[in-house]
Amino acid sequence: MRRPGGKGLGLGLMTGFLFLVFMFPFFMVLVNSAKGPFEVTDSPLAMPADWSLLFANIGKIWTSPTVKYQASFIASLLVTAGSLVLINILSSQAAWALVRARTRTSNAIFLVFVAAMVIPFQIVMFPLLTWFRTVSEVTGIPLLRNYAGILLAYVGFGMSQSIFMFHGFIKSIPLELEEAATIDGCARHEIFWRIISPILRPIHATVLVLNGIWIWNDYLLPLLVLGKGNDLMTIPLAISNFAGAYVKQWDLIMTAILMAMVPVVVFFLVAQKSIIRGMVAGSIK
Amino acid sequence: MRLKRDHSLVFWLFLAPVLFAFAMVIVVPFFLGVWYSFTDWSSSPRTGAGLAFVGLANYARSFADPSFLYSFLITVGYTVANMAVINVVAFSLALLVTSRIPLRKFYRAGFFLPNLIGGLVLGYIWQFIFNSAIPQLGAALGIEAWSRPENLWLAKSLPALFAIVVAGTWQYAGYIMMIYVAAIENVPLELHEAAQIDGAGPLRRLASITLPMASQAFTITLFLTLVNSFKQFDVNISLTSGGPSTIFLDKPIFGTELLAMNIYNTAFISNDLAMGQARAVIFFLVLAVIATVQVAVNKKREIEL
Repeated sequence: MRRPGGKGLGLGLMTGFLFLVFMFPFFMVLVNSAKGPFEVTDSPLAMPADWSLLFANIGKIWTSPTVKYQASFIASLLVTAGSLVLINILSSQAAWALVRARTRTSNAIFLVFVAAMVIPFQIVMFPLLTWFRTVSEVTGIPLLRNYAGILLAYVGFGMSQSIFMFHGFIKSIPLELEEAATIDGCARHEIFWRIISPILRPIHATVLVLNGIWIWNDYLLPLLVLGKGNDLMTIPLAISNFAGAYVKQWDLIMTAILMAMVPVVVFFLVAQKSIIRGMVAGSIK
Repeated sequence: MRLKRDHSLVFWLFLAPVLFAFAMVIVVPFFLGVWYSFTDWSSSPRTGAGLAFVGLANYARSFADPSFLYSFLITVGYTVANMAVINVVAFSLALLVTSRIPLRKFYRAGFFLPNLIGGLVLGYIWQFIFNSAIPQLGAALGIEAWSRPENLWLAKSLPALFAIVVAGTWQYAGYIMMIYVAAIENVPLELHEAAQIDGAGPLRRLASITLPMASQAFTITLFLTLVNSFKQFDVNISLTSGGPSTIFLDKPIFGTELLAMNIYNTAFISNDLAMGQARAVIFFLVLAVIATVQVAVNKKREIEL
């Protein structure tokens, strides 16, 4: 639908200008990734003298032992994908159980989950470390500095909001659907996997996108649970390792940032529609 | 009845994993943390000594600590500034990308893109821009003042705080814009057409139709920007690392250390876990109260469609 009003050309130019302002930082990263260390400080705004330096710099970061790009990328991928799969499956089935149970206990549990959404990470982050350490010592299952701990942490933090979203959506699915399936001989858990889950696809997309962006870019939680000087690093940890060094090599830092950004940007351009649709729908609910 | 019993078992099985994660990651640490804030908890193990109960000492010490008071002050200031700037920018962008200009969808995606870049990476990008690119820009435009080192944004506390606002706006405006876009596009066209027939110009229609109809969106966007600004940490660390030193109440402190960073530094740099935890409790309470008030106030002014 066309909105009435607005002179096309003037507003178009203004928006275009604002767009260029917004794209400026990306331009800075790209252009300065192809420069040498002195060129970067001398002329940060200028186009690079020699674009082939870009590939030389990428090579340096690719093989850098501080950044450990391949390992960090895979670690980020595993942590994010693993957390997303767990959060989506566990939250959707929990939300369904809470909606269909309709007991006072289930309502109380749901309210507690919702209230927990307000809890900022800061208030639990220190005790979490001590608690994980205690549990690791008592049970012999290490929870710090490895995948198990960080996946558990992300599930714990992501489930409140995710259950909230699934809950609202599931409430609108008519009970008759499940009753008909029961009459047809479906067991309770089959009803969830075969009938409810497919209907939940749009909300699954929303939850995936919202949690995915947060987990992929998260810095504080991995910093605490994985710790510094760990072989296991996610990309934000790797970048901070490199860029936080005392002597800042901005040409290489920009290259590292470029290599951290490109996968996300590519993914976005490919999955644009679903991502935007998912984010907005989720927020309004 | 057998059906009812099987029913309950499946439900509890479905709930078990999240209850476990919830208990392990949120419930236990939360109550442990509140308890620890009343003790002399620290990371250094003391042989034979248990945890001593110190009552409200950690809280009292925090409120007497200039760095905590300063962090609190600038976090409130930063939150207000950030909320204002982000929402004004986002709403303006939303108006622009919903008007009849070419390449609307392209611009929308472009404005949204920074939101996908993590706060940490973003902070380093903007550190480079403020320290290197802006002086160069000044040189190119002939504004000599921009090139002088003492005029760098990140050299003094107040401009450095604004720098964090700029970086934060770049990161969030696109996302908030999308929420406003959905609200603006939801306004029925007939309302605008009827107003136009009555002679209302675009500004009048904006004030009397678009803004009120977006009240639900405002509740959400104000809540999101409030909470995100108050909790700002990643950009803080990478853009300013706490920023230039300054003096406050006769004590040298970090000039741009927002609350989240202050809590982190209290625990890990000053090695005072118990006080850091007490500050985290204060942080949580303040945030919970302000957020609840904000949502309650906004809900009253919402217009149900």
